[in-house]
Amino acid sequence: MSALLGRLDWSYLPSDPVTIGAAIGMPLALLFIVAAVTYYKKWKYLWKEWIITTDAKKIGVMYGIVAIVMLLRGGADALMLRAATALGGPGGTQLFDTDTFQQVFTAHGTIMIFFVGMGLMFALFNIAVPLMIGARDVAFPFLNSMSFWLFFAGMILVNAALIFGGFSNGGWLGYPPLTELQYNPGPGVDYWIWSLQIAGIGSLLSGVNFFATIIKCRAKGMNLMKMPIFVWSVLVTTVLIMISFPMLTASLGMLSLDRLAGMHFFTSDGGGNPMMYINLIWAWGHPEVYILVMPAFGIFSEVVATFAKKRLFGYKTMVIALIAIMFLSFVVWQHHFFTMGAGANVNAFFGIMTMVIAIPTGVKLFNWIFTMYKGRIDFKAPMVWFMCFALTFTIGGVTGVLMSIPAIDFQVHNSMFLVAHFHNVIIGGVLFGYIAGLTYWFPKIFGFRLHDGLGRWSSYFWVVGFMLAFLPLYALGLMGAVRRLDHYDDPAWIPFFVVSAVGVIVIGIGVALFVLQIVYSVWKRKTLKDTTGDPWDGRTLEWSVPSPAPHYNFAIDPVVSRIDEWWYQKQDGLQAPRAEDYKDIAVTKNTPLGFMIGMAAFVLGGALIWHIWWLAIISFIAIVLFAIARTMDDFTEHTIAAKDVMRMDMEARS
Amino acid sequence: MKKYRVVIGVACVLVVLVAMGYFLLRGAHFDVLQPAGDIAKQQRNLLIFATLLMSVVVIPVFVMLGWFSWKYRASNKNTKQKDYKPEWHESKRLELLWWGIPAVIVGALAVTAWVTSHSLDPYKSIASSKPAVEIQVVALQWKWLFIYPDLGIATVNKLPVPEKTPIHFTISADAPMSAFWVPALGTQIYAMNGMSSQLNLIADHTGEFSGYTTNINGEGYADMKFKVYAKTEKEFDAWVKTATQSANLMNEATYARLVAPSKAEETSYRLVDTSLYQKIVAKYGHSMSGESSNHIMPNGSVMDDSKLESDEHVHSMEGM
Repeated sequence: MSALLGRLDWSYLPSDPVTIGAAIGMPLALLFIVAAVTYYKKWKYLWKEWIITTDAKKIGVMYGIVAIVMLLRGGADALMLRAATALGGPGGTQLFDTDTFQQVFTAHGTIMIFFVGMGLMFALFNIAVPLMIGARDVAFPFLNSMSFWLFFAGMILVNAALIFGGFSNGGWLGYPPLTELQYNPGPGVDYWIWSLQIAGIGSLLSGVNFFATIIKCRAKGMNLMKMPIFVWSVLVTTVLIMISFPMLTASLGMLSLDRLAGMHFFTSDGGGNPMMYINLIWAWGHPEVYILVMPAFGIFSEVVATFAKKRLFGYKTMVIALIAIMFLSFVVWQHHFFTMGAGANVNAFFGIMTMVIAIPTGVKLFNWIFTMYKGRIDFKAPMVWFMCFALTFTIGGVTGVLMSIPAIDFQVHNSMFLVAHFHNVIIGGVLFGYIAGLTYWFPKIFGFRLHDGLGRWSSYFWVVGFMLAFLPLYALGLMGAVRRLDHYDDPAWIPFFVVSAVGVIVIGIGVALFVLQIVYSVWKRKTLKDTTGDPWDGRTLEWSVPSPAPHYNFAIDPVVSRIDEWWYQKQDGLQAPRAEDYKDIAVTKNTPLGFMIGMAAFVLGGALIWHIWWLAIISFIAIVLFAIARTMDDFTEHTIAAKDVMRMDMEARS
Repeated sequence: MKKYRVVIGVACVLVVLVAMGYFLLRGAHFDVLQPAGDIAKQQRNLLIFATLLMSVVVIPVFVMLGWFSWKYRASNKNTKQKDYKPEWHESKRLELLWWGIPAVIVGALAVTAWVTSHSLDPYKSIASSKPAVEIQVVALQWKWLFIYPDLGIATVNKLPVPEKTPIHFTISADAPMSAFWVPALGTQIYAMNGMSSQLNLIADHTGEFSGYTTNINGEGYADMKFKVYAKTEKEFDAWVKTATQSANLMNEATYARLVAPSKAEETSYRLVDTSLYQKIVAKYGHSMSGESSNHIMPNGSVMDDSKLESDEHVHSMEGM
């Protein structure tokens, strides 16, 4: 039996009522979707148009859908956590047991960073980058599809843990020795390891892909210093991804060897050293937060210039600042553990490097503000998101610099103050940025705008909810409340936790309004239709093509001679395209192999989690065979004739 | 009429804020901002200084953000043609200004960080006419063991100390990584298996302060709390006298019971084995696998980093 099913066992079914609810609810929701697709006979459409697609825009949409669904899951986790702490004071009640609480905060962090943050990021990379640089697609469309399905596989594993076996209780970075066999023999930590490992490889490959795309696929005349700032931010981000993600793979790999093969990389005994893991994981982890936030900086650079109707202030300094942040983000990781007991010199070095990052970041903020200066600012939803960002991110920056001083960090590290700080920068920076980006580029992909009023109201609830949810946490940290507590003794903490829980509910309304905005806009898509392809009077190339953007992006290869090419082309007066400008276009054929590799990776992950060795071997071989099959295929592209391109383009423009 | 509405609005917001402030703050005690020890006081002052210094940049940023977005909003009817300059996009002087000002402030903070990293180094002993009290700390699942090797006492989850006397902690663990933190006294530090960290703190006056672990270490994490009792010298001596006569003995058998995962109440013990701490630290350096982790190995000693490395080297050779 154990040879066949590994350690799979009925005893791993959830026993906690909250988890049972989720474990029943999730398969039911899935069943409902399957039934709906079957009823509407959409399987073929789903397969041909989405699952096997190599079109970056569609892959971007799929990333976006997964990320938004995961935002709901992670948000539900957040609500559970704050409900527990609001009621967890002296004389309160315990909503669910501590082990569940610990799994929930681990899942919350893991999901929000890897499947919401990274998901929205790759969604926007896919949607915007090829269009902004005048490319037909990414450099490696098949790889792109495969990356998405690896990401998807990781996502299923995280959620499968809820139904069977339970998730890790070791925090989102899973410090050993707590996550070693000695203290954590169950499958939870393995779920965490393998979902991140698989999704992480997908992210690494995507990083390579977009780096190559930006380097190799730019339109004629677009040299590096004529690229939109968003593309610059993606370029430095992909460099960070390529350098840092192998470290994640290696650290998780060593941890899994400890757990699967009884090795001693990070155990307390047998010559292992957990401090090594903490260094390695943060050597990835710190660049990771810049991987998330720099594209958001790029988005705001586009948004502010577009909605202020003014050229971005200080293009060169923006580029220099991005590159400076890229380098600095690799020499600050030790600030996550000043309290581990390194010497004063080491702590001071990393502390100073950390605060130095505040300089280029501050410069960016000043540049945005002076882009607004003497502009004509149209406060559409993306611009309102920028205002929310500028407010919250600046507060987060201040508390970040405070914690970069080691002697201060000694008093706030791992307290609620820290929790408030990183939500300040990740919600205020990353999430607000990506929502602004989604709102901004939505019409380009779908052909209609998102409802503006609902978007703005969503941002108001988000920012007010944010303040209510997280400012009390700063106070709690200064009162001595440490993170990850589900109950506490001090009655004075109760009102702060209650206000924080109320804040999470207000954020929940913001999320609901965001979802409502999408649903309502789909319903009203006729009135919100983007007829021009340029709904915001934009500045960059993506607004020069019709909305929704055609599969091949550009009917005629664009030529670029300056920054904000499209803006100046409009000022110079646009010329109608001539018939001889249309050329044959080669586009990559769809292929199911990316999907198949992703699914095989999911099976491989599951097999490793449950120690089903035969299945692990088979699924690994399957991955290799699928990859080889792809390399054998010599006919991966098909050509659209110039006259067809012209016909489709004329239709789209009329 | 419109003006009144604004005034009433602002007044309402203020009332709500004051009410909320009262609701939140009655009974609140900010251990970090209202500390009871010299180290924590210096850290509090540093926190305030750095916040004020940064407000030099942050306040203008907020002012400009609000002002520009109001003045240059597209719906503003009063804007003149000269207020819209769509092509104005660089100014060496301005850009130099906002590389420069943050750089100066960060420069000042950097000097502060360097100086205070050394002056508040947890390993640095506190100058005093009185000799420091030695306390060894072991984080267990999920309780704190405090050993007073010179006084022949061990305690669990309670930490009586004399006021106005430096305390020298040596900190280790026999559990997943934990962290020792008394916010009212200052500086937290990780407690790790097989390793000894050091920490120097002092209580300026008598009182009862809460201590925590800040690093997740398993199911009992939230209950792994302890109390510091800062006593006058007289009271402390009296406590030492009673504790040394305690019928509870801290020996290998007691320790074996303690090390098993559980929550614990405050207890005092008479310390039988004064090298208990050294043995706890040493057991990770010498055992090859988790199975033997409940046996204290003999002849252990406190290891500094270099010693630890060489020890690891030795048994990695043994492993081959």
